[in-house]
Amino acid sequence: MLDDFLFRAALAALGTSLAASVLGCFVVWRRMAYFGDATAHAAILGVALALALNISILAGVGAIALVVALLIHRLSDRAQGTDTILGVLAHGALATGLVAVTLIPGARINLEAYLFGDVLTVSRLDLAVIWGGTALVLSVLWFHWSALLLATLNPDLATASGIDPRRENLILTLLLAGIVAVAIKVVGALLITALLVIPAAGARRLSSSPEGMALRAALIGALSAGGGLVLSVRLDTPTGPSIVVLAVVLYALSTIGGYLQGAGRNSP
Amino acid sequence: MSLLSARGIGVSRNGTAILQNVGLDIAAGEIVTIVGPNGSGKSTLLRVLIGALRPDRGQVRRSPGLRLGYVPQKLAIDATLPLTARRFLDLPHPVPKTEARQALATAGVPDVADRQMTDLSGGQFQRVLLARAILSRPQLLILDEATQGLDQPGAARFYRQIEAVRRDMNCAVLMVSHELHVVMSASDRVICLNGHICCEGTPEVVSAAPAYRELFGTGTGGALALYRHDHGHSHDHDHGADHVHDHPDHDHA
Repeated sequence: MLDDFLFRAALAALGTSLAASVLGCFVVWRRMAYFGDATAHAAILGVALALALNISILAGVGAIALVVALLIHRLSDRAQGTDTILGVLAHGALATGLVAVTLIPGARINLEAYLFGDVLTVSRLDLAVIWGGTALVLSVLWFHWSALLLATLNPDLATASGIDPRRENLILTLLLAGIVAVAIKVVGALLITALLVIPAAGARRLSSSPEGMALRAALIGALSAGGGLVLSVRLDTPTGPSIVVLAVVLYALSTIGGYLQGAGRNSP
Repeated sequence: MSLLSARGIGVSRNGTAILQNVGLDIAAGEIVTIVGPNGSGKSTLLRVLIGALRPDRGQVRRSPGLRLGYVPQKLAIDATLPLTARRFLDLPHPVPKTEARQALATAGVPDVADRQMTDLSGGQFQRVLLARAILSRPQLLILDEATQGLDQPGAARFYRQIEAVRRDMNCAVLMVSHELHVVMSASDRVICLNGHICCEGTPEVVSAAPAYRELFGTGTGGALALYRHDHGHSHDHDHGADHVHDHPDHDHA
């Protein structure tokens, strides 16, 4: 079955969206969406690096995502006005990457594949990397769940409970870089943040606990991945954007549903 | 032996001294309040004491195995984070149902377990924070401006709750506040901070101290008047030297 490219694509999209949706809850709770954007956009610079050095795209993207994520992590620690720095970094890295890719001699690559993803061409190796990454992200989140939550609520409260909030922040930063490296093949650099934020946002209205929200986000992410793939094959549309479109539809439905439920509860 | 003692604490940021040569001791069971104007380094001092900030100078010693409960000023609960009061008590370690119920009752909010944290009133919210802090049966409870956002009757009720908790749990309490009159009546000892320790002692002593009056004026009125005696003494302090008072009743005759 792994020989069927559609089956491989479905597995790749599913794995990526599961990890991204759960991690995305923290991105939403901590208002790190722009942070995710900056890291993801820098991935294009990683593509350029990989082509220039003739190393694997995954290694190049992973390395650059890691460097940018750590850089932002350090900057946001000390300076105010992080928003501006992130804006500069995000678009600076994207633009530099786009320019660099075209400057590399001999490399005529399909840039669109990296901007919007190309899940229909995932190899078995890609699949192994994606599911390995997904398993790693989910298990780290599992073991650090309470510590991460407490560090999110109040760093000093975490310290008083014997948790180092800086360490927890660093863990989130590293996971985010990992997700970017894994997800670029599936949805592309421009839409990775969508995969992080939209399922979590869609799950919010339906949930009354952080864990419930993470589970529902994972469900929405999985539905979007599967449905988006089917949609893109049927309509011959790009897969990454189709997945995101479906996630937005589910978000809209859950928001309306939650609103109606709330209204129903409040009426006599 | 004191639960917590700090010696010669100094903190500077960008070349500006925030705390200079601050020393204090907290003994078992006492209620100590740190008062001071905005920017006097109150919160910085607390962060040093709970270990969230490493001071540039000086050191903090805790009695071995000290159990510390901390009530922060506020939580950054984003509207996108669903969290019930009960679930909050489980952070970072799950607690048994009976203990959680007991803690909420002791803190004065027995019925909020299933409510969302973001739906609680200011007073209820602070009491849930208090409930979480007392779950570990702390020997020392530290509160950072815990009544911010409460009106004065609300703050007064909250401080009475703290006194009740102290009686129940038999713990020491260290709190920071700028609400002088309310806080001082509940304290065994007051430390007046303005980058350094200006004066300290029982509420009566501090409210009569010239350094305190200089910072807060004499017109604080209300409950404070209870503590204003006719001491007729001068209260000169040497601010430069090692300014540590080991006894709540320092010599002021």
